Amino acid sequence: MRLVRLAEAAAPPLVALLATVAAFALFLLAAGADPLRAYGLIYLGAFGTWFSWQNTLVRAAPLLLTALGMALPAQIGLIVIGAEGGFVAGGVAAIAAGLPLAALGLPAVAVLTGMALAGMATGAALVAACGALRHWRGVNETISSLLIAYISIAVCDQLVEGAMRDPASLNKPSTRSLPDALMLGTIPGTNVHLGLVLGLIFCVLAYVFVFHTTWGFAARVVGANARAGRLVGLPVGRLILIVTALAGAATGLAGMVEVAAVQGAASADLAVGYGYTGILVAFLARQNPLAVIPVAVLMGGLEASGGLLEQRLQLPDATITVLRGLLFIMLLASETLQGRLRLTLRPRAPRAAPEPVRPAHAGGA
Amino acid sequence: MTDALRASSLEAIGMEKRFGALAALDNVSMRVEAGSVHALLGENGAGKSTLVKCVMGYYRPDSGAVVLDGHEITIRSPRDAHLHGIGMVYQHFTLVPSMTVLENLVLARAPGAGRIDWSAERARLDAFLRTMPFTVRLTTPVAALAAGERQKAEILKQLYLDARFLILDEPTSVLTPQEADEMLAMLRGMARSGRISVLIITHKFREVLAFADAVTVLRRGRLAGGGAVGALGVEAMARLMVGEDRIAEAAPRAARAPGAHLVTVEALEAVDDSGAAALRGVSLAVRAGEIVGIAGVSGNGQSELVEVLAGQRRARAGAVRIHGAPYHATRREMLAHRLAVLPEEPLRNAAVATMSVAANMALRRFDQPPMARGKFLSAGRMRTEAEALIARYRVKTPSPDAPIGTLSGGNVQRAVLGRELGREADVLIAANPVFGLDFAAVADIHAQIIAARNRGTAVLLVSEDLDELLELADRILVMAGGRVVYETDAAAADRMLIGQHMAGHA
Repeated sequence: MRLVRLAEAAAPPLVALLATVAAFALFLLAAGADPLRAYGLIYLGAFGTWFSWQNTLVRAAPLLLTALGMALPAQIGLIVIGAEGGFVAGGVAAIAAGLPLAALGLPAVAVLTGMALAGMATGAALVAACGALRHWRGVNETISSLLIAYISIAVCDQLVEGAMRDPASLNKPSTRSLPDALMLGTIPGTNVHLGLVLGLIFCVLAYVFVFHTTWGFAARVVGANARAGRLVGLPVGRLILIVTALAGAATGLAGMVEVAAVQGAASADLAVGYGYTGILVAFLARQNPLAVIPVAVLMGGLEASGGLLEQRLQLPDATITVLRGLLFIMLLASETLQGRLRLTLRPRAPRAAPEPVRPAHAGGA
Repeated sequence: MTDALRASSLEAIGMEKRFGALAALDNVSMRVEAGSVHALLGENGAGKSTLVKCVMGYYRPDSGAVVLDGHEITIRSPRDAHLHGIGMVYQHFTLVPSMTVLENLVLARAPGAGRIDWSAERARLDAFLRTMPFTVRLTTPVAALAAGERQKAEILKQLYLDARFLILDEPTSVLTPQEADEMLAMLRGMARSGRISVLIITHKFREVLAFADAVTVLRRGRLAGGGAVGALGVEAMARLMVGEDRIAEAAPRAARAPGAHLVTVEALEAVDDSGAAALRGVSLAVRAGEIVGIAGVSGNGQSELVEVLAGQRRARAGAVRIHGAPYHATRREMLAHRLAVLPEEPLRNAAVATMSVAANMALRRFDQPPMARGKFLSAGRMRTEAEALIARYRVKTPSPDAPIGTLSGGNVQRAVLGRELGREADVLIAANPVFGLDFAAVADIHAQIIAARNRGTAVLLVSEDLDELLELADRILVMAGGRVVYETDAAAADRMLIGQHMAGHA
């Protein structure tokens, strides 16, 4: 029974995936490319060789964390799409903390810990602000998180091009770089940085938090029916703050990893869309922190194979973006299949009543 | 609007309707004479609404026929029913609150696309209203009308749509006894004059006796009996309605000296969802081992009072004390005072439809040992505790893991009851706790409430059903306009006096 339920929960995204494959094939045909060859190339570029696997995992690492930026608030019923803001601000805060710590001559572990804490605190503050606005002022959290993301990206650009600019960075403004010795290392034997491990740990911790702790249970109760939550005395406001802060911390950590493991400095290059792709990952994973892991790897693979696909088949640069867009639309459309795909015959959950009129207190049959 | 309009007779013959394994209607026939008032009587779930929905075209009956004025007709949709002159007034209101009565009536007539000639419409309506035995001010927004006036406007709307056969679903449930009597008398007058035939769905004997000519009684989807009201009498109707099963006695009420004041509410004020004052200084006290009933027409602050006590709404002023200590509806206080709440619409107020029965039954204590070890949940303990409660409260569910939203209304209610009363409670807040339940479930829940009282629980019972309050309560308070306006001992209560206070003019 559990397996059946699991399969039914996974069915809508799988249907969306198949529909996307079909629709993208039509797009490829229209662009004059052979779909079978294209899908072969995508597989080759994403998972075909050890090299492409490493490339895929490097791209999956930030997605693990930014997806949590959406999947955690979803548990308490909030649609937060501001991960990009938390990512950029987390990255800038991390370098702002990391440079002075490095100047003090502290060991790498201490510097990196300080950077991680700074990034997480900044991301947490940003996203928790959306939660607070929602709970105490009734501001729609989807809009506010998007707007706060825009503002924080703009402020970070301002800092990178102004107060924090490295005078040596001429045509491409960035902050000063972290010394190579202090950069986040790689998993031994690979060129995949340790951010992947952090992401995996966070996904597992988030899963345990959501499904095996009293806080997670309370958050899910409030998310599914806040009135019932209040009836049993759950502190709705506090729970919203905790969950949105955790979500923001995950996005901030993702930004820190990007700075400390990949770019070495903060620049406008931080805002390349990991936050937005994280939204896609969270939806495809149906907001389940554990399901985020395979989905992030899949999306990382798509990103990794884009260059190969576009070069070999002489397709335009935006081809992978088209694929991603198609996937998102199919995914949103597939949400309407939720609860309609049934693998066994069971009593059906009461849906909106079939009759057009229904008294507020549903009366006799 | 011609004089040719006259009341229709209607006959439903051999109606059957199944929903899966459930026979909602099993070979039910009913005949309503032209120009009569006919009552359709039955417990909740007896099939009254299903029968009427088949006649109105919301459901397609599996078999059976509808005969109007001697001709068989086919009704595929509510639109067909309207074309045949069958109109229905629903339990809830269907007029647009922000629009005036005039606008609503013109809207109902659906003049189609194009310009509306308001003066012509107005003249037409004035002419129509002159033929009516009652009137409603056309220029008043519907939102500003009292419930009784709104009900009248709903009826006017159906008559304006040329209904010759009018069905009313529990039309008096939102009215004061005085308003109800006035409306029913008016309908009977119109039936007598041959303008309409009236079919009233109800479960109130008093209204049947006073206003109906004939009655059809349904029980569990079957025709239980019927006939002229005068020939039947209350005893016979009651037996038809509840069957030969012995009517359960109310649980014996232990005589006990009133205990200490356990819950006190002082000058409580709160606003409703639209920001309007809903509670205007409510004060009351409930003693241990006492049931205090709150009567009132719905919408006079009762639900807001329950929401404040249950933690679903903030008070704007005033204080609540339990055991003498200030109470702000935090989880800690609820646990310490052993608070139990049976709210109305449990699926909306007390349960999470998408979560399992076991999880729902754990909502009060999931963060206490043994269900929680530190901050970690024990799903196994949650399940075993739920299994015990499911057996004890006879909750019909395929498994403790089934989402509670898949259960029937009565079983959701039982699951919530088990959770709230499975342990001793010091305080019980109940709001229309048996709304929409069948007879056996009602008796069961009433017995539980009395038993809790006998064990010393302080019970606050809010109900729109005066009979329920008179049966269960030790004291009855009446709320009107957000205040407690009347208090009486239940034993010495005068139904008419309570009704007058409910209506706000005493």
